[in-house]
Amino acid sequence: MADVKKIATRESYGNALTELAKEYPNLVVLDADLAAATKTSIFKKEYPERHIDCGIAECNMVGIAAGLAATGKIPFVSSFAMFVAGRAFEQVRNSVGYPKLNVKIGATHAGISVGEDGATHQCCEDIALMRAVPGMVVINPSDDVEAKAAVRAAVEYKGPVYLRFGRLAVPVINDKPDYKFELGKGVVLREGKDVTLIATGLEVSETLDAAEKLAADGIDAKVINIHTIKPLDEDLVVAAAKETGKVVTIEEHSVIGGLGSAVCDCLCEKAPTKVLKIGINDVYGESGPAVELIKKYGLDSEGIYAKVKEFMK
Amino acid sequence: MDTLALKRTANEIRKGIVTSVHSAKSGHPGGSLSVAELLTYLYFEEMNIDPKDPDKEDRDRFVLSKGHVAPALYSTLAQRGFFPVEDLTTLRHVGSYLQGHPDMKNIPGVDMSSGSLGQGVSTAVGMALSAKLDNSSYRVYTLLGDGEIQEGQVWEASMFAGSRNLDNLTVIVDNNGLQIDGKIEDVCSPYPIADKFKAFNFNVIEIDAHDFEQIADAFKKARETKGMPTAIIAKSIKGKGVSFMENEAGWHGTAPNDEQYAQAMADLDKIGESLK
Repeated sequence: MADVKKIATRESYGNALTELAKEYPNLVVLDADLAAATKTSIFKKEYPERHIDCGIAECNMVGIAAGLAATGKIPFVSSFAMFVAGRAFEQVRNSVGYPKLNVKIGATHAGISVGEDGATHQCCEDIALMRAVPGMVVINPSDDVEAKAAVRAAVEYKGPVYLRFGRLAVPVINDKPDYKFELGKGVVLREGKDVTLIATGLEVSETLDAAEKLAADGIDAKVINIHTIKPLDEDLVVAAAKETGKVVTIEEHSVIGGLGSAVCDCLCEKAPTKVLKIGINDVYGESGPAVELIKKYGLDSEGIYAKVKEFMK
Repeated sequence: MDTLALKRTANEIRKGIVTSVHSAKSGHPGGSLSVAELLTYLYFEEMNIDPKDPDKEDRDRFVLSKGHVAPALYSTLAQRGFFPVEDLTTLRHVGSYLQGHPDMKNIPGVDMSSGSLGQGVSTAVGMALSAKLDNSSYRVYTLLGDGEIQEGQVWEASMFAGSRNLDNLTVIVDNNGLQIDGKIEDVCSPYPIADKFKAFNFNVIEIDAHDFEQIADAFKKARETKGMPTAIIAKSIKGKGVSFMENEAGWHGTAPNDEQYAQAMADLDKIGESLK
């Protein structure tokens, strides 16, 4: 894999905002003293007058974004997932979600791949929180190509959107000429008949690798990339569950409330199926290099492979 | 509108407040009654608004950060012609557009949904910033409770507004001195309020919330002040106009029963008579 191009999706976020700025003169970007980390600094360099640093006050930043949206702007609020989905949850719910304002939330540094900063900054509950807000669209792109496409889709959609980005550089897996991003549509990346592996975010690439390992053992896994967790592509999930009879979900997020829960919510009603949820098992993260943490918490391709093998016994 | 006409209007707004809260059998009459003159002046004199075109782009904006006094805002909007006065009796009823707290999606004239304390002021700051970004001349007004300013977000918003020189923003604090659990200074004192806003680079004006001349003068000064936002600290009487509700914390969030409603309306009718 040494020759694979790797880019952090936060970088894609900064680049996409900058690319879209010309096309959308009403697009403005808010940050809370993390522009260098969220990569909105890329936008700030080109469009300083449309970049608003709110200081270290995320709750106020979300409210300001609501006011900007109510007066015709398309504001992107940027911070770490922990602070914008966590600290400012109620502002997102009441000032943005309830009035259904056209605010886009660009949450970077999601999950344990934050790395060395440790548990206080490793938000593994943001998808659960944002999914619970009525009307909120929740997107967790898997690589650079998808992240940029997701930012565009968010601008084109009218209403609140939560975009989840990572700190760690991850392999580019969607750089195909026919790649197309459709909000709310899952993507089948590999066909298979024995089990369906449904992954999101940086786990898509790990899951594709795990599927190769499983194939070598004679397990034929279907792989689906769910970039839009809400609204979930229920038709695709139900069809795959019926086809393979077994489902595994893989996410860099708590097993409570995230992709796994969304898939189970759907399947328990529409196609009861045995589901294994792979994710953060209701624990806090810890400090360490991101790649080592992903391995330690069983979210690398080896860990996924081992858990699926056990599940298939 | 002359002062007498403004006083009459404020009195009619108060009738709408007690009538709607009585009909809802719940709601917040105390803090609604304390802001009647402030809202009367804003909607009948100060703000550039048009009931026939509630969403016109260049209108001045108002955010009721102390969203629980929705009955006061609704009664004012109804008096101003945004929707029928008769609809006030549907307040808080299932299926009514007049939600317990302001809902911008369905209520003509409501510029922002609010109700969770401390949040409205940030959205008003966002609107004021938006006007600056667009070089638009509209102004933004927001009304806060004196208990509400215990919320930390108020000071995040104030720091931003002061640091960005948002002189198109006017923050009004309804200083009625009471919150649910009692006197604000006994619960968790926000005093000195004026000094706090001054420290956040606001132009601060202290007035009597029931005196139209002082209200008019304060808004005029706010309009004329350049380079900094204005905070109007308006000393008021909670429950103003209804004898048994005045200065009683218990009337923060309690609806009058039939008998109390009749007495409240009699009090307000008497005031109305004196204004003829």
